[in-house]
Amino acid sequence: MATIEYKGKTFSVDEDGFLENLDQWCQEWVDYVKDSEGIKELTDEHWKVINMLQDYYKKNGIAPMVRILSKVTGFKLKHIYELFPSGPGKGACKMAGLAKPTGCV
Amino acid sequence: MHKTPLLDQLESGPWPSFIKDLKRVAARKKPAADLLGLLERSYKDKITHWKHGGIVGVLGYGSGIIGRYTDLPEEFPGVEHFHTVRVNQPSGWFYTTKALRELCDIWDEHGSSILNVHGSTGDMIFLGTTTPELEPCFAKLTAKGWDLGGSGSAMRSPSCCVGMARCEWSCYDTMDLCYEATQNFQFEMHRPSFPYKFKIKCSGCPNDCVAAVARADMSVIGVWKDDIRIDQAAVKAYAGGELKPRGGATPYAKLDVQADVVALCPTACMAFDGKTLKIDNKNCNHCMHCISLMPQALRPGTETGATLLLGSHAPILEGAQMSWVIVPFMEMETPYEPFMDLVANITEWWSENGKNRERVGELMLRLGMRAFFKGVGLEPPPQTVKTPRANPFFFWHEEDFEAEAAGRKYIK
Repeated sequence: MATIEYKGKTFSVDEDGFLENLDQWCQEWVDYVKDSEGIKELTDEHWKVINMLQDYYKKNGIAPMVRILSKVTGFKLKHIYELFPSGPGKGACKMAGLAKPTGCV
Repeated sequence: MHKTPLLDQLESGPWPSFIKDLKRVAARKKPAADLLGLLERSYKDKITHWKHGGIVGVLGYGSGIIGRYTDLPEEFPGVEHFHTVRVNQPSGWFYTTKALRELCDIWDEHGSSILNVHGSTGDMIFLGTTTPELEPCFAKLTAKGWDLGGSGSAMRSPSCCVGMARCEWSCYDTMDLCYEATQNFQFEMHRPSFPYKFKIKCSGCPNDCVAAVARADMSVIGVWKDDIRIDQAAVKAYAGGELKPRGGATPYAKLDVQADVVALCPTACMAFDGKTLKIDNKNCNHCMHCISLMPQALRPGTETGATLLLGSHAPILEGAQMSWVIVPFMEMETPYEPFMDLVANITEWWSENGKNRERVGELMLRLGMRAFFKGVGLEPPPQTVKTPRANPFFFWHEEDFEAEAAGRKYIK
């Protein structure tokens, strides 16, 4: 398990850089992932995706299928890639603090 | 180099050995040396030392790269990261030596130098690199005109047999369809959004050299609908032993047309009186046995196209399954619009109704063929019937009652 230090906070992450535990999730984590994923400015649309992923994850214990993410947020997959260039799994789920998806998103 | 007594045994037989190959690479590449050490350890411990696949990739793409990490990174630092890069293959796997050199140079610089040519997915597989090397490797590949293939719950890189490039039996241009499908489904390949993987494989004739019927969700198999072309003089030459069966690729010097061809026809639709070969083409099921044995005497017909079959997969939720005919005959001409539209309809129906990790073939069985045909907008053809119905009950759709009341005609 690796650790990441960012703005005075310490995060423990897995080898792909996903948070080990959603409890560690905070604004600093979002800022950290934003930089590493090459996202310039976080908009309401980013937050809509992040909130949806967290709600679903807390309810179901896994990340949603891509189609469900698209349906609930109303964003086409193409738009989700515009928001999160490395995609819903590697980008959005990581930023939302979810455990690494196993081929779901 | 690690000591590898167990692996060394694999070099001793008369067969080509991947250990020998890997050792050659290991002499100049640390990851290959550690890969051998790790494999030796796995043989000893009788357990894999690869962790469950990770999530890595390049910006803009959700697939094409598969994350791999070992659970023994301290002992084998060279394979701490050992990601796989799938490079989309050219149709029919035709490379120039220049192209191969280009790929090798890129992989020498950014990875372990180990290639898998080719993976069963069809792609050229680059085995083993680290996360920081992914973007530069991808940039070099795209600069030379290459692209990544599909992975994860996405459209996988379509693949095809060598088709018309090398084979006289090809009933449509498999390489062209493969290329066009690859172009058409770029978004679906690079941005996974299906319930699970979806594979298209194109074979030119029912010999099915890419095993599409067993390995592809959408199997496109070339077929003819008119009569097998017969050269009676050549049939006689086979019977007389002047021509060797299967182009000389059998141990038999002479073909016994009656015993080897006619008697083995699965639908018994052939007859040979010693002079003339007759085929009852209506009962031919296009198995290719006679054509394969006597290629100079028999050829597929001239009205050619493809049969589309759906649903084969390895055991996942259900057991292993072969593809099932859904369109008995479709003409295969550029730009293949009916084909592309049908695939789009099928993936849409499947994405809408499928569970996570449910292949389209499993969904088809779960909901039934009737729901499938209705869902994708196809007329159910009689060729899709495997066995006559045993259930005396029939559940009508609401619209069937309405059609009945309006005086539906059954024979069109």
